[in-house]
Amino acid sequence: MSLEQLFIDKPKNILSIYYTAGYPNLEDTVPMLEVLQKNGVDLIELGMPFSDPLADGPTIQNSSLEAINNGMTVKKLFEQLENFREKVTVPVILMGYMNTVLQYGFEAFCEDAASVGINGLILPDMPKYEFEKTYKAVIEKHGLKFIFLVTPETSVERVLELDKLSSGFIYAVSSSSTTGTDKDMDLVKNYLQKLNSLNLKNPVVVGFGIKDKESFNDASEYANGAIIGSAFVKQISSAKDRFQDAEAFIKSLF
Amino acid sequence: MATIKTSEKFAVSEEGYYGEFGGAFIPEMLFPNVEELQSRYLAIMNDPAFQKSFDQLLKDYVGRPTPLYKAERLSAKIGANIYLKREDLCHTGAHKINNTIGQILLAEKLGKRKIIAETGAGQHGVATATVCALKGLECEVFMGEKDIERQAPNVARMRMLGAKVTPATSGSKTLKDATNEAIRAWINNPTDTHYIIGSVVGPHPYPDMVARFQSIISAETRKQLVEQTGSELPDYVFACVGGGSNAAGMFYNFLDESSVQLVAVEAGGLGVNSGFSAATTALGKTGILHGSKSILMQTEDGQIVEPHSISAGLDYPGIGPLHAHLFKSNRGIFLNATDEEALDAAFELCRLEGIIPALESSHALAGLNKLNFKPDDVVVVCLSGRGDKDMSTYMQALEERTK
Repeated sequence: MSLEQLFIDKPKNILSIYYTAGYPNLEDTVPMLEVLQKNGVDLIELGMPFSDPLADGPTIQNSSLEAINNGMTVKKLFEQLENFREKVTVPVILMGYMNTVLQYGFEAFCEDAASVGINGLILPDMPKYEFEKTYKAVIEKHGLKFIFLVTPETSVERVLELDKLSSGFIYAVSSSSTTGTDKDMDLVKNYLQKLNSLNLKNPVVVGFGIKDKESFNDASEYANGAIIGSAFVKQISSAKDRFQDAEAFIKSLF
Repeated sequence: MATIKTSEKFAVSEEGYYGEFGGAFIPEMLFPNVEELQSRYLAIMNDPAFQKSFDQLLKDYVGRPTPLYKAERLSAKIGANIYLKREDLCHTGAHKINNTIGQILLAEKLGKRKIIAETGAGQHGVATATVCALKGLECEVFMGEKDIERQAPNVARMRMLGAKVTPATSGSKTLKDATNEAIRAWINNPTDTHYIIGSVVGPHPYPDMVARFQSIISAETRKQLVEQTGSELPDYVFACVGGGSNAAGMFYNFLDESSVQLVAVEAGGLGVNSGFSAATTALGKTGILHGSKSILMQTEDGQIVEPHSISAGLDYPGIGPLHAHLFKSNRGIFLNATDEEALDAAFELCRLEGIIPALESSHALAGLNKLNFKPDDVVVVCLSGRGDKDMSTYMQALEERTK
């Protein structure tokens, strides 16, 4: 399913889960995507592990380091994803950092991502300037979406610029912070109402600090949906029970 | 300070690039802070009132100008005229304070109340804690857990000065990870906090801003050389490079002087091919870390490799983008010195000149043995710091050597 279709079919309460590829076991990637889809997840952000993930907190950094130690690489990830579209139909976005993508080769990366059936990319350390100058054309050539982040500190003018450059959706960071930090929901609401009032061209999915049914529902009220990352990754640390734990966690959100 | 002269050939571009290196690869959460710095740093630094405060503190508080000392016995041994730029005589014992004085004045102008910093050897942490005490600002220093153990005297100094020292427990638990944690702390405190980066790394404008604050080193050197040799220009300048702040300061006012050889000495660790090294230009390739594009030690898949050096201040897997550009364009000569060679150079300077250098600076000194000089060559070595913090490492080496 395309991202556009997803937001047409389900304009509210989109449940998006972030999952670190190759964690807790190297070969868990595709089976975990299947578990997520089976339990009603609408959209998956698949994390490509990086040794120094600046925008993430300790939970995601640790899962990334474990995945790297397991042998996860970009090349390995594309091998794992080779026929995953036979089993998984929900949109999947790759999320990671510029350096691993550059080492793979930016164009080769986009080509391979598109050919295995990835819908789009989130690269938090991609600057707007570089995107416009160099990378936008390559990403579009391969039919991928690119999702920018906005924060409560982002000026209205810049939100509008980033909305214009984004495709698929806009990722609203619920407050200026790394992943896995608690948030004051009233502040988040005010901020999301402000975003709503701007009539953005893209749907808004909110992330950072969403950890359970209550915070998911609160966040979804003023956005098209919400992303749960650290809270999910924390649940699946057991190498033995990770699929059951994942299922139980997703069920607890409904 | 007069307005700092910029290089014609090696100045940073408007987008923060030195050739292909630099830029600002930052998550959106950092954008307002970084953008504020980008748009205001030059205007603030060029303001005469700011310059007056900066000059005054460098003179009366730091003790500048630092001497340029002709090391006669070392010169005789090397076979050239060796001058030492004595940054080790700065208040707090290293060049790091030139930058922290500048940035604390800038933080005041920006109305920030809290300062965060990363540190490797602890010299930048001490220099930051010092200026925070001076200005009455809250200070938190992130330091790798491993470095906290091996640089105990500097940890004690920071605490004595009122700073909170927070261990970085992620990754390799050294400077790279302390930098990650400091950046994360900045993301989580977006409005009232200034991040004082200690080296010429990080997103634009940090590499240029820090280089400008450190450029006092080469500005003074030019004046002192005229007095001592009759010419402003030496044949060579040497500096050690971890991230590269003292090298940037030592090179800055010589960048456009093509007759001056700029020599950067990286940490070879146990040897470049040993798997335990921090010789970035020998081992690295282009990549992005801590907000800028530079040369980095990394795996084929782009994971950052843990470096090794006996010197905590050089234990960093990258170099500043200016240095990457100097390397790539062949403007600089890049050497490396092993842990052992640095120790040898440290003991030699002690015995010949009565100066105990920092382990970082000892790498620059070790570089002197790697080039062939003519007898009348004038060579300036940036003696970036003093060795008090390294005494336990030196004593251990001394014991092993006298066995």
